[in-house]
Amino acid sequence: MPYFLTPEVIIAQILNGLTIGGIYALIALGYTLVYGVLFMINFAHGEIYMFGSFGGFAVLTYFVNTGFAKSHPALSILGAFLAAMVVSSLLGALLERIAYRPLRYAPRLAPLISAIGASIFLQNVMMLIIEARMQVYPDVIPENFLEYGWFSISYFQIFIILGSIFLMVALYLFIRRTKTGKAMRAVAEDKEAAFLVGIDVNGIIMITFIIGSALAAAAGVMVGMYYTQINHMMGFIPGIKAFTAAVLGGIGNVPGAMLGGFFLGLTEALGVLFMPAEYKDVIAFSLLVLVLIFRPKGILGEVVSERA
Amino acid sequence: MQQIRSIWRVIPPKVFLGVGLLFLLALPPMVGNYWAQVLGDIGIYVMLGIGLNVVVGFAGLLDLGYVAFYAIGAYGYALVASPQFGIHIPFWFMLPGCVALAALGGTLLGIPVLRMRGDYLAIVTLGFGEIIRILLNNLDPITNGPRGLLRIDAPTIGDFAINSPFRWYYMILAGIFLSAFIADRLNNSRIGRAWIAMREDQDAAAVMGINILKYKLLAFTIGASFAGIGGAIFAARQGSIFPENFSLMVSINVLCLIIIGGMGSIPGVILGAVVLIGFPELLREVQQYRMLVFGGLLVVMMIFRPTGLIPSARRKLELET
Repeated sequence: MPYFLTPEVIIAQILNGLTIGGIYALIALGYTLVYGVLFMINFAHGEIYMFGSFGGFAVLTYFVNTGFAKSHPALSILGAFLAAMVVSSLLGALLERIAYRPLRYAPRLAPLISAIGASIFLQNVMMLIIEARMQVYPDVIPENFLEYGWFSISYFQIFIILGSIFLMVALYLFIRRTKTGKAMRAVAEDKEAAFLVGIDVNGIIMITFIIGSALAAAAGVMVGMYYTQINHMMGFIPGIKAFTAAVLGGIGNVPGAMLGGFFLGLTEALGVLFMPAEYKDVIAFSLLVLVLIFRPKGILGEVVSERA
Repeated sequence: MQQIRSIWRVIPPKVFLGVGLLFLLALPPMVGNYWAQVLGDIGIYVMLGIGLNVVVGFAGLLDLGYVAFYAIGAYGYALVASPQFGIHIPFWFMLPGCVALAALGGTLLGIPVLRMRGDYLAIVTLGFGEIIRILLNNLDPITNGPRGLLRIDAPTIGDFAINSPFRWYYMILAGIFLSAFIADRLNNSRIGRAWIAMREDQDAAAVMGINILKYKLLAFTIGASFAGIGGAIFAARQGSIFPENFSLMVSINVLCLIIIGGMGSIPGVILGAVVLIGFPELLREVQQYRMLVFGGLLVVMMIFRPTGLIPSARRKLELET
């Protein structure tokens, strides 16, 4: 169907794409970090993101009910992010310890199936907690727009785009500039050699899970505030899409995951202009298949899918 | 005790098979219509399990989009045997057609994903399953979208229509025996040994002269054909099908039952289907905990008993020696 292509629509879609792209990128980083150190896809990553979103939801709702959110909106948002990150980090660490570590030297299929099991398990835990009902995120950021001629952007979008970029830069600096970051790179390069030079490999793997989970939690709170409705299945589709983003950028490659996230977000947002919205999810999956066939190394290239 | 055990051993396995078969044949009149229906549901899952077992258990390729082939089989039959287009091709003519369609789907999915291993394969097949479901939901002029296809013809043999739970039970039982027989023969053939070699070490298998691409494609195609039969039977049995019948949950259920039963083992698949599909039916009040338990079981099984409840003989040998 021909769409009404005006500059307003295109600019609005680009901004939507950047917003959702920032969220994909944050989740994709978790996949890429874990893949970098363990060469496995953390199938339950989408559920970690979902739990983070609910952690933030619980705290934010509490602040709104007690009136704290009215007097200190910035503090309560910060509190929600922190709570979400703590919940997700604990869950990520637990997952690694219980479901993945015992299988680190098992045949390849075993950790993958264990991860799928963990993912189903966590979805159903949350389903029982919320009794399968949709939960509504409280409004804290006013729904205002900055307008400038054709250009209009909501406060939410500014907040998400800048917030996600801030977290990505922080992560990048952490990996490049700190001692722990250096150890993470060493473990990703060669676990045995890292162990020989005195790096606590298990500890570093744990830290990797924690960082990836915390980033996913931040994405979860942002999505909750942006779309306002969350449920126990919310991790499934974004999980696959973020994985696509990680593969697009070259899995195991940190800047690649960021790039892949924004690329996927923009492709989806602009693709919707040319085809019915129901096919939005098909775009991501098709992109994934195409990339894996023609450029399995991803845009920036790092680990080859053959190694998987 | 020792004596009893040795007596068991003297009885040839064919006797067990015969007794088991007689029991299965006599089962529906003993349990009644409702349970014959449930047994039919279990039976369809057994067929799907046997098919996916070829892909996951024999060839070691983790396919999370298996439901796509099931959907292709079901819609393949339903489109030409319902008032949707006013075409009514008899079931028995269309059954090979459904198998062919599903096999074609398997090959088409297989070609691009052949070069990938493990995790990538899992995600791409999962995506494929979702694409098929989205297409079924949105291609309204063909599939009638979420409203589904209704009044699908039941199969007939002469004037005898297969339309009651009892009759379906026997039909599905026949289907299971055929599938199990084929899968067993495949497993013990040159192809089966090639799959196992490939599963254990792809590079070593390639060095031994096994054409990896060919055997992977074969596993995908053959696995998909089983789902095609299952889908056609499902459509004809239900009489109406909807896109939500073919959600990711079906793939996950089938995967769970082969893993809990024992990867690569056909008796394991049957046990897995009975436990996973049958027990929740018995314990209606715990339905909502079903997937919770499945998920937890997958993790626990992988850590403590990766071979499943009834391990395949070959895997057991590998692990014990």
